Amino acid sequence: MSTTTTVTPVAFDAVPSKRRRWLRRYGLASAGALIILSWILVAILAPVLAGHAPDVVDVTQRLRPPSATHWLGTDALGRDVFARLVYGSRISLTTGIIVVVLAAAFGTLVGGVAAYARGKIEELIMRVTDLVLCFPPIILALAIAAALGIGAVNTIIAMLVVWWPKFARLARSLIIVQRSQEYVEAAVVVGLSPARILIRHIIPNSIGPLIVLVTLDIGNAIITFAGLSFLGLGVVPPTPEWGSMVSEGRELIEQWWVAAFPGLAILTIVVGFNFLGDGIRDWLDPKSRRR
Amino acid sequence: MLRYVVSRLAAAVVMAVFATLIIFLIANTVPGDPALAQLGDLAASNPEFLAAFRAKWGLDLPLWERYLIFLKGLLRGDLGISIASQRPVLDDIISYAPATIELATAGFLLSVVIGVPLGVLAAVRRDTWIDHVARFISLAGVSAPTFWLAFIVLAIFYGGLQIAPGPGRLDTIAFPPARITGLYLVDSLLSGDWSTFTDALAHLMLPSIVLAAATLGLITRTTRASMLESMQQDYVRVARAKGLKEGTIVWGHVLPNALIPVVTLGGLAYANLLTGAVMTETIFSWPGLGRYTFRSAAALDFPAIMGITLVVAITYLLINLLIDISYALLDPRVVR
Repeated sequence: MSTTTTVTPVAFDAVPSKRRRWLRRYGLASAGALIILSWILVAILAPVLAGHAPDVVDVTQRLRPPSATHWLGTDALGRDVFARLVYGSRISLTTGIIVVVLAAAFGTLVGGVAAYARGKIEELIMRVTDLVLCFPPIILALAIAAALGIGAVNTIIAMLVVWWPKFARLARSLIIVQRSQEYVEAAVVVGLSPARILIRHIIPNSIGPLIVLVTLDIGNAIITFAGLSFLGLGVVPPTPEWGSMVSEGRELIEQWWVAAFPGLAILTIVVGFNFLGDGIRDWLDPKSRRR
Repeated sequence: MLRYVVSRLAAAVVMAVFATLIIFLIANTVPGDPALAQLGDLAASNPEFLAAFRAKWGLDLPLWERYLIFLKGLLRGDLGISIASQRPVLDDIISYAPATIELATAGFLLSVVIGVPLGVLAAVRRDTWIDHVARFISLAGVSAPTFWLAFIVLAIFYGGLQIAPGPGRLDTIAFPPARITGLYLVDSLLSGDWSTFTDALAHLMLPSIVLAAATLGLITRTTRASMLESMQQDYVRVARAKGLKEGTIVWGHVLPNALIPVVTLGGLAYANLLTGAVMTETIFSWPGLGRYTFRSAAALDFPAIMGITLVVAITYLLINLLIDISYALLDPRVVR
C-alpha cells in the first residue's frame, strides 16, 4: 500500500466499491440463504404450486416428456414429476434439519459432559464415539434402518445413531479450549454450578464452529437421507421423496426427466447449505477466507 | 516406532471386537421375533415347532451365549447364509469384491491424480480463474448426490451422445477373462487378451469418474488449504532467498510437506468411495459389493447386510490403521 496522498488510478482501483465489499463479505452466505429460503417457501406453498396431485396414478399419461400441462413430465405411473418434486421438498428439508439439529444438541451435550467430567467418563464417551466413527456412516445407518424397518421415522433414528459422534468430538475439543480461559475460572470461583457454567457460559462461547458444522451438515444429511431412500429404506413408497424418485427413474435413460429433476433439486438445496455454511465460516473466521 | 505400531494395532483389534458386538446387537434387537419372521404363519402357530426352531438356531439361549456362538462362527469365517442368494455371505462377498476393488482403485487414483495438482494450482494462483474453477468443481463434487450424478453421466454419454459403453463391466456379448485375481484389467493383461482389456477399460471409465467426483472435491480443498498454510513457512522464504526456481519450491519443497493432511484424509476418502460405490454400482449394473449391498437392502436380506457392514467396518479399521502408521512415518513427531 502506497503512503503518498496522491490519488492514482491504481490506488483508486485497489479500494473495492461498497457493493463489491458487501458481495465479498456476505455474497456467498446470502446466495445460500436465498436458495434455502426459496425451497422453504416451495415446501410451505406446495399445495398451491404443485398444480397436480402428487400421487394420482394415470397410466394413460405415463412417461410423457416435459410439456405445458406437465412441466417436468410424468413418471412410469403417470404421476406429475413437478408436483412430486414440490411435495418432496417437505420431506428432504424436515428430515435434514431434524437429524442435524437433534444430533448436534445431543452430541454437544455429550461432548460437553466428556470435556467437563474428564477421567473415566470422558474416556468412555470418547471410545463410544470412536466406535461409531469406525463405520462408514451410510453403511451403519443402512444396517440400523434395515433392522428397524422401512419408514421415515426409523431412517431418522438410524441416522441419529451415526450422526451425533462428530458433534460430540467437535464440542469436546472446543470446550477443552474454553475451559482453560479465565472467565471460566472466575465463574468457578464465584461458585456457579458446573452445569450452569457449561450451558450458560462455555457452550455460547464456542458456538461459532458448531453453527458452521450444523449448516454444512444439513446438506450432508439431506444427501444421506435421499441416498437411503434411493436404496429403498427412507420412505414408504407412494410418498414423494427425491431419493426414491431418482431410484424409480434410474433405469429410464430415454425418459431422463423422471430421475434428472429430483436429483437436480437435491443438488441445489445442498449447494445452498454449503454456500451458507462456507459464508458463515468466512464471516466468523476472516483468516479462513484468505486461505 | 514399534511401540506406536503395536499400540495402534492393539487398539484396532479391540475396536474390531466391539464392532462385532454392535453388529450382533443390531441383528438381535430387531423388533419382531426372528423365529416368527422366518417361519410361516402356519408353522408359527404350532408351539412345538416354534420351540424346535428356536433350539435349532440357538434362539432360546441367553444373549451373551449367542454372542459367543456368533464370534466363534466369525473366527471360522461364517457370516451366515444370505436369504436372497441361499449362499454363505462370505462366498458372496468374495465373489463380488474384485469388481468393487477395481472400481474403487480407479476412482481413487483418478481423484488423487486430478485433485492434488488442482489443489496446488488453486493455492499458487489464488483468486485467479483456476482457483475459482477448482472451487466450483469441489463444490459440485461434494454437493451432487452420487446416485444422481451416475445417472446423468450415463444418460448423457451413453444414452444421448452414445460415445461411452453402457452399464456392466464388459459388453454383453463378451466373455469375462479367466479368473485369476477377479480384476478384469489385470486378468485380461495376464492372459494377453487385449480386446477384453480395452473393453473393460472403456466400461470402467464413466463409473470411476462418477466415483471420483466426491473424493476429488475433498482432496482438492484439503490440498489447497494445506498448501496455502505451508507456503507461509520460513523455509519457503529461505528457498526463495537461495534463488530456487518457483516450480522447484512449490512441487519439491512445499507439496511434500503439505501432503500430510491429505494422507490423513485417506480414511474419509475411502468411506466416500464405499458409499459412492453402492450408488454408482447400482446405476451402472456393476456386479460388485455396492450392488450386492443395494440388492440386500432392497430385499431386507438381513444376514447379507450384517455381513457387509462387518466386512466394511473391518476394512475401514485396517485402512485407518495404515494411515496412522504412514502418518507416523511422514511426521515422526506423531509417535511421541
